[in-house]
Amino acid sequence: MFKLLDGPQTLGRGKIFWSCFLAVLAGALIYPLFADSYDVGNFAYFLIWIFMALGLCLMWGYGGMLSFGQTFFFGIAGYGYGVLAINMGGGTATIAALILSVVIAMIAAGILGYFMIWGGISGIFFGIVTLSATLVLAFFLGQTAGPEWHIGPARLNGFNGMKGMDPLTVGSFDIEGSALYYLMIALIVIVYVALRILVNSSVGNVIVATRENPQRAEMLGYDVRKYQLLTFVIGSGLAGLSGALYTSWGQFITPSSIGLPAAAMPIVWVAFSGRNDLTATLVGSFLLLFGFQTITVYSQQAALVLMGVLLLATVMLAPQGFVLGIGRLVVDWWSRRRRRDEAPALADAGRLQSDET
Amino acid sequence: MALVDVKGVSKRFGGLTAVSDVDLTVNAGEVHCLIGPNGAGKSTLFKLIVGLYPPTTGSIFFDTVDITAERPYARVQRGMSIKMQAPSVFKELPVRQNIQIALQERLSGAECRAEEERLLALLNLADDSGKLAGALSHGQQQWLEIGMALALQPQLLLLDEPTAGMSPEETYKTGELIKSFNAEGMTVLVVEHDMAFVRQVAQRVTVLHLGKIFARGSLEAILEDEKVAEIYLGKTHAH
Repeated sequence: MFKLLDGPQTLGRGKIFWSCFLAVLAGALIYPLFADSYDVGNFAYFLIWIFMALGLCLMWGYGGMLSFGQTFFFGIAGYGYGVLAINMGGGTATIAALILSVVIAMIAAGILGYFMIWGGISGIFFGIVTLSATLVLAFFLGQTAGPEWHIGPARLNGFNGMKGMDPLTVGSFDIEGSALYYLMIALIVIVYVALRILVNSSVGNVIVATRENPQRAEMLGYDVRKYQLLTFVIGSGLAGLSGALYTSWGQFITPSSIGLPAAAMPIVWVAFSGRNDLTATLVGSFLLLFGFQTITVYSQQAALVLMGVLLLATVMLAPQGFVLGIGRLVVDWWSRRRRRDEAPALADAGRLQSDET
Repeated sequence: MALVDVKGVSKRFGGLTAVSDVDLTVNAGEVHCLIGPNGAGKSTLFKLIVGLYPPTTGSIFFDTVDITAERPYARVQRGMSIKMQAPSVFKELPVRQNIQIALQERLSGAECRAEEERLLALLNLADDSGKLAGALSHGQQQWLEIGMALALQPQLLLLDEPTAGMSPEETYKTGELIKSFNAEGMTVLVVEHDMAFVRQVAQRVTVLHLGKIFARGSLEAILEDEKVAEIYLGKTHAH
């Protein structure tokens, strides 16, 4: 299984890459010891969105399905967590609420994905249908301000948003601050490693084959629809994980986290980072979220404009993504350097052999 | 024994009838060539057999099972494999990965790697195994696709113009390759324009013309059929 971590579908490989990975992980683990709790909380907030970006990377970059529906599933799981946590009474039940809300998002993805994929919807139409579903959910939730819109004691509250749910709790211990940060780090490592294994496995081979040439993949005996549905459900489930974690982090959720501006964000993160690689998406999304948050402090409009400019620059200058492009340059430079270092050594060995004879 | 039985199959695209009431039997263990002028419906018939098009009327049987309503992947799982007319490979993936994807359902581990190497050597692609498939020449892409089709070890191999874009030497080698797989028991159905290639491999020939079966029989009988020569080879006769 560990062999699959270094397969052909992921850019970073070998001892140097994994040493860097461990160094970054170690830095992330000791960060709360040196930073104040506000910054740690902010970092935990950035990390919440990474799952949604990784899910889109899997669907779009590896599976060839551009989904505008990440915030649809984010919203389903986010509101799902709120409804379940309020109805189940908080406490340790919030863990069950988190898991169930992600499962609900995955079931929703299974239903929507089934009708789209078995209905033969692909390409740009896949994006249009998922965007439509997202907008319908956002508008629906926006008109739920009246008291009649409730599930048990949980009121949906329209554009004011749902609130009053407990954060993730184990016993009497609320998972907030540093604890939430460490939970995020653990979940990101698990999800990242699991996705690397998935895309480098035989299933991953079929996922990329389906992206490249679905007819040929089918002519090799694969029911490509099942692989597409699997990819869509996993990718959307990860968006659901972001949504449930977001609601538990802030203890509120509003329809604005689902609507059009929010739905465009994952596309920008993944396009800018490099949709064809999980590591590029992980790093690039984090950097963009960090930059976006920093600029938002001064002007939210400016941050949104910057996102638009970045998307435009990506399309015009680096269609494969900036972070992935830089990563490939580094890998090429490193390979050339190694070949250059090895060439004199081989020549020396050759000279030695001829001297001996 | 019939491996493929096409019974009364027609295919209409709007007002155009590409294939009209075709009956075709491909016997197990033979190399059967489908020939005919451009637009005769050969590739359409291929796509009907493999399930890329649903027939307008008629039925298709594979190994006595009615597969008319089955999707292409299910037909492949039954033992069919096809090389399309235009090279159809995974262009953005390395050559080796193309072969791996074709092999991985049947073999795993060391067996898979050994078969990978054997196929790459057989197809003269061992030196290019790390290249992206899209960077190969047209002829090499044809070879790669044939290799992917062979990797499935099918009962029935369908080859749609397998030698297009190949040099005479490569064409001859392809013919010998097909004969060697046929000698091991594989049934082969080939669409081809190159008559030298047809002479090299064919045991039985069916001629399609304007979507209908025009003639069928042994290669010798077809070659001697003057009507076939007229419609297909463009031969003119002094009267």
